[in-house]
Amino acid sequence: MIALDPMLEGDVLWTPLLIVVLKVLVVFVVGLVATMLMVWFERKVIAGMQNRIGPNKAGPFGLLQTLADGIKLFFKEDLLPRRSDKFVFALAPFLSLVPAFLAFAIIPLGGDYRDGNDGVVTWFGVETRVQLADPHIGVLFALAISSIAVYGIMLAGWSSGSKYPLLGSVRASAQMVSYEAALGLSLASVILISGTLSTSGIVAAQSTLTDWHVVATGIVPFIIFLIAATAELNRPPFDLVEAEQELVGGFNTEYSSIRFALFFLAEFMNTVTMSALIVTLFFGGPQPISYGGITLDIPLIPNGLEGTIWLLGKVLVFLYVYVWFRATLPRLRYDQLMDLGWKVLIPGSLAWFMLLAAQRLARNEGWNVFTTTAAAVVVLGACYALLQGAFAISNKTREREGAQF
Amino acid sequence: MELVVFVLASAMMLVGALGVITRSNPVHAALSLILTLFGVAVHFVALEAYFLAAVQIIVYAGAIVVLFLFVIMLLGVDKAEDLATEPLVAQRWLAGIAGLGLLGLLVVAVSRGVEVLRPRGNGLDTAAQGADGDANIQQLAQSVFGDYVVAFELTSVLLVVAVVGTVMLARRRMAGEA
Repeated sequence: MIALDPMLEGDVLWTPLLIVVLKVLVVFVVGLVATMLMVWFERKVIAGMQNRIGPNKAGPFGLLQTLADGIKLFFKEDLLPRRSDKFVFALAPFLSLVPAFLAFAIIPLGGDYRDGNDGVVTWFGVETRVQLADPHIGVLFALAISSIAVYGIMLAGWSSGSKYPLLGSVRASAQMVSYEAALGLSLASVILISGTLSTSGIVAAQSTLTDWHVVATGIVPFIIFLIAATAELNRPPFDLVEAEQELVGGFNTEYSSIRFALFFLAEFMNTVTMSALIVTLFFGGPQPISYGGITLDIPLIPNGLEGTIWLLGKVLVFLYVYVWFRATLPRLRYDQLMDLGWKVLIPGSLAWFMLLAAQRLARNEGWNVFTTTAAAVVVLGACYALLQGAFAISNKTREREGAQF
Repeated sequence: MELVVFVLASAMMLVGALGVITRSNPVHAALSLILTLFGVAVHFVALEAYFLAAVQIIVYAGAIVVLFLFVIMLLGVDKAEDLATEPLVAQRWLAGIAGLGLLGLLVVAVSRGVEVLRPRGNGLDTAAQGADGDANIQQLAQSVFGDYVVAFELTSVLLVVAVVGTVMLARRRMAGEA
């Protein structure tokens, strides 16, 4: 048994099989269309923030601009640099595209959460969840996929056989491996609180506003996750991989035509997936907002569809936040990037995780929660002092050896 | 179904492993290594060790091989090596002998030790897992942080010592040059 979906228990029949095929198709198409709209959304919002009009010619409000760009890129000449590694050069765009699509598979995309339901819907007489796959390892799958995603960028830069793309890909590998750790550690707090790895389980554990655990996971782990996810996506202000001013174009300098477009498809798709993942982990996924006994209801919409609309609304908030980041924040310097990742985010998420774990242990063992928390805070304070001492010594050594920063 | 998965995953691993030792370009060899690691992950899933499969991908394919590639790119040794030159005299002969010896030892050990090679430790109780997706990780945690906690902590101390030692060695050399 590989999936937790109630549909796949017991013998595999034709109807469930068809539903899975249908889900795959829908997820694929929704992913592509969402990416297309995200590109339009980003250009339009950023244009608004910069006091421009943005795309407005192709289709209503310029909605079809991305489609037009895609068609144009398909018909452009596909260049293959002479000094490139041909096989890896051709492989790299797909290595970044495939993980982008895979990660979308574990996001709960909707479902019926009203009247105490836990998101299971009935299609053609079969009970199922509105998500392509609900594997045992749940969010670890998303982590695995995001750690695989680095290969596309890295190999693209290396195989181009040119200096600037290589620099871009060396930056990419160091950056993505560093922030992967912070991403995973902030996720651990969410898993500790919800007690399950499965994405549908995490969503089900956040049924009301009080179950969102705003204090436990909604502040420190959420902010760390948001920053680390932005770095993992190579989006501004962490887009050192494609810093135009320093690296010509970054890892994708030598790419043209549809191969170039595939990288951007993957990047925007990853942005959508990451936003959906944030909503899943911290903000109740496709569940309607409810507090106490009151649940907000969207009138005239059947319950089964309502989850999808809630998810869409919540995801849009984070997509807007990402565009906002891009429009307002200047790019970090490389050493600032590494300092932020290793000296702030990773120790911070570890400390918070330890605090939550101490409280959980105190509750399980029947200790006084307040005393345990105080003890944990004291220990963490000592750790912080040690860490600061280590930084001071290392800074002094660096100055003595004549480093510039 | 299980046989098909086993054969496909094993084929993946073998192709990858052959690629690691036959490709003359270090980057291609590292890519072949990823193929092997994925094959191992598929085997873990087939054996219902889902957590191990995820960790296999996150840690090995996602971090360690990325670091390999990072070092290869940073040091600029990403050119195909000329296999005709032999930097260490007689290393191929010695490697061949050692390899054959190891193969012989393994064959003897496996053929004579089927009785001895029984599962050790608690193992994963896959039957108890049932519909609970998190039973896997709970059993593993019980094992690592309960039954074998001393060995686990000692291993992490060993890793820290290795890291500190590496940093010390690298720094001392730099100070000597300056």
